[in-house]
Amino acid sequence: MENILGEKLELGTALVDAVLGYLVVFIGLALLMYVIIIVGKVMVSRAKKPAAETAAPASVPAPAAAVPKKLAPGSAGEVKIYDTDPRDAAMIMAIVADKLQKPLNELRFVSIKEVK
Amino acid sequence: MSIFESLGKLVQESGFAMMLTGDGWKNLVMIIIACVLLYLGIKKQYEPLLMVGIATGCLLANVSALGGFNNALYHQELWDEFLNAESVHHHSYGYIMANGGLIDILYMGVKAGIYPCLIFIGIGAMTDFGPLISNPKSLLLGAAAQFGVFFAFFGATLLGFNGNEAASIGIIGGADGPTAILTTTKLAPHLLGPIAVAAYSYMALIPMIQPPLMKALTTEKERKVKMEQLREVSKTEKILFPIIVTIFVVLLLPSTAPLIGCLMFGNLLKETGVTERLSDVAQNALMNIVTLFLGLSVGATMVGSNFLSIQTIYIVVLGLIAFSFSTIGGLLVGKLMYRLSGGKINPLIGSAGVSAVPMAARVSQKVGQKENPSNFLLMHAMGPNVAGVIGSAIAAGFLMSVFG
Repeated sequence: MENILGEKLELGTALVDAVLGYLVVFIGLALLMYVIIIVGKVMVSRAKKPAAETAAPASVPAPAAAVPKKLAPGSAGEVKIYDTDPRDAAMIMAIVADKLQKPLNELRFVSIKEVK
Repeated sequence: MSIFESLGKLVQESGFAMMLTGDGWKNLVMIIIACVLLYLGIKKQYEPLLMVGIATGCLLANVSALGGFNNALYHQELWDEFLNAESVHHHSYGYIMANGGLIDILYMGVKAGIYPCLIFIGIGAMTDFGPLISNPKSLLLGAAAQFGVFFAFFGATLLGFNGNEAASIGIIGGADGPTAILTTTKLAPHLLGPIAVAAYSYMALIPMIQPPLMKALTTEKERKVKMEQLREVSKTEKILFPIIVTIFVVLLLPSTAPLIGCLMFGNLLKETGVTERLSDVAQNALMNIVTLFLGLSVGATMVGSNFLSIQTIYIVVLGLIAFSFSTIGGLLVGKLMYRLSGGKINPLIGSAGVSAVPMAARVSQKVGQKENPSNFLLMHAMGPNVAGVIGSAIAAGFLMSVFG
């Protein structure tokens, strides 16, 4: 099946080349598919393990004192306010979110303090 | 020299006078073709980023050729000598550098196979392989949609093209411009102009070529199938993917190394998260510069003496056949997967297996949504779409290893 540059092909040879080429593409990609499936399964199982490990301690009843304080929907935590009116703090956080073009619940404010 | 003699000399040496002598009319026809391509690129927006460059390259080469050897920006004669094994200038880039014009120098990047590979780095940096990783079966659709490559290859052999030419024509069916250019440069460089124009024109015409075939080969029930949401792909998987594909595919078919290697390198830059600047350059600056050089230099190969032949018409027709049969191949395997999955896979995503990213996937989405407005096939179709890029690179690698 050797083809020299510029050589005319016999129709039979061309047909064999065409079928073989299509098979090579199919087999190559099918093998690659299996490789990706295997890697995907390994990754999914690895991702499930830590999730299961973190879920296990949660099943143990926690002492009542350790129950975290329920946050407002969409809240990412608490902000400590020093010498600042809560209304002003809310306004500052809204302005920062607007300037950064980020939703407020994706930002974490640690503390707000008035600089005197 | 009197003023009349000077004027007479100017008129005789002008491109207008040359147009009416010898083969000058061929350049005139090519100038008209270049204007038509410019119209298609600008007004109709058929792959404008490349079409405008290709058309301008064609225009410049043919206009400057009428000004004589010393004024030409592209010299077909130099490249004929470059390719002639008996010439003392065979494969001599120094000879081209010493005697060539601007576009000859730019064309060296095509000739050496540099531009298609650089473009593949850019494509890799822009491509999200997530849909393919989450649904690896998409690779089978990408493989199926290479049917047109080998069908057109056989058709070209029937029409009397030799093996190298037939392989270059067939790869138009891969619907991947850089792959078609690289394969043709290696196997049949004299056909580069018509093959590049056919490949990019048909890629631009995908929204017109594919929908009738999609409707003819699928039932209304099949087109309405809603597919399940894809699983989320982890960052690690996305980083591992280009490394695995490079090792696996290049070991399987070493001739795919330039294309697959560059495609996956670009993708690795995107996914690592530590090479953002490089990824940005590959996606924007590098891609734009190479597209500019590639368009101009490929267009310049469309000089009248080469382009105006019956071969060009055959190539245009075979290119359409290649595109159509690639679409048909993808759709038929899509239908098979629909049956085997118990109706869970929409066969319309099969047509996206031709690589033209992301246009073919958009066509699947559009046709699917026409049947069922709440159907979103885009991400499902992106899987076969990017698989088609790998598939066409493997097809090209096979043809280059057999005929190269």
